[in-house]
Amino acid sequence: MTAFLVTLVVTGSVAGDLLKAHAMRLQGVPEAASAPPMLRLLLRAFRSSWFLLSLGAYAGSFFAFMALLSFREVSFAVPATAIGFVFETALARVCLSERVGPRRWAGAALVIVGVCLIA
Amino acid sequence: MRFKTNAFLVIVIVSNAVGNVLLSHGMRGIGDISSFSPTALAASAVRSLADPWVLLGTGLLAVFFAAHTLLLSWTDLSYVLLVTSVGYALVAVLGATFLGEHISASRWAGIALISGGVALASSTPPLTTGEER
Repeated sequence: MTAFLVTLVVTGSVAGDLLKAHAMRLQGVPEAASAPPMLRLLLRAFRSSWFLLSLGAYAGSFFAFMALLSFREVSFAVPATAIGFVFETALARVCLSERVGPRRWAGAALVIVGVCLIA
Repeated sequence: MRFKTNAFLVIVIVSNAVGNVLLSHGMRGIGDISSFSPTALAASAVRSLADPWVLLGTGLLAVFFAAHTLLLSWTDLSYVLLVTSVGYALVAVLGATFLGEHISASRWAGIALISGGVALASSTPPLTTGEER
């Protein structure tokens, strides 16, 4: 049950971030760095199907995390789900064509060990 | 563009960390949710929504979500993910400062490692796909 819920939490949050990032790439950048164009961009994004799919993925991840916390302590749940950093970085490279060099990989490794120590 | 990116990163990190700490502070004041019956859950939800700390925390988390969403329109996901993970360290420090939580030696080591990882990731270009926008 624990492994199943950890998988759901990680898959949901990674998929949510990837889908949201994809939705925002399609929207383009705000025309200016002031509030009205930013709000217009957000409202446009909220109507995109990729964005709505990301909300579904986040919701699944959130409820799985709540279920996990109902029988495992938070000091287990947070580091267990930190493995998502690796998958998300790798998938950002594959699905979003981001260039992830050695410094970003090293950063991801340090962050994962740090999150495990902190939780 | 770099200034806008950095400003949004600060908003994302601070609103998420402070929002979570305020929410945690407010929810502790509400008391334990001892029963999961619909009536008890509804009563807890109403009590928590009437709490100013919970409302403020929820408002800040909404700011976090909007800023994070906008940031992804001009910044790499892998960059945002790693740089904003400094929030884990910030929550630990805020929890110790305002909620009286203990930070052990291993947690300090974790904070140091996360900060090192964030420093490494933030030395990479924020956008690596297509033209710099």
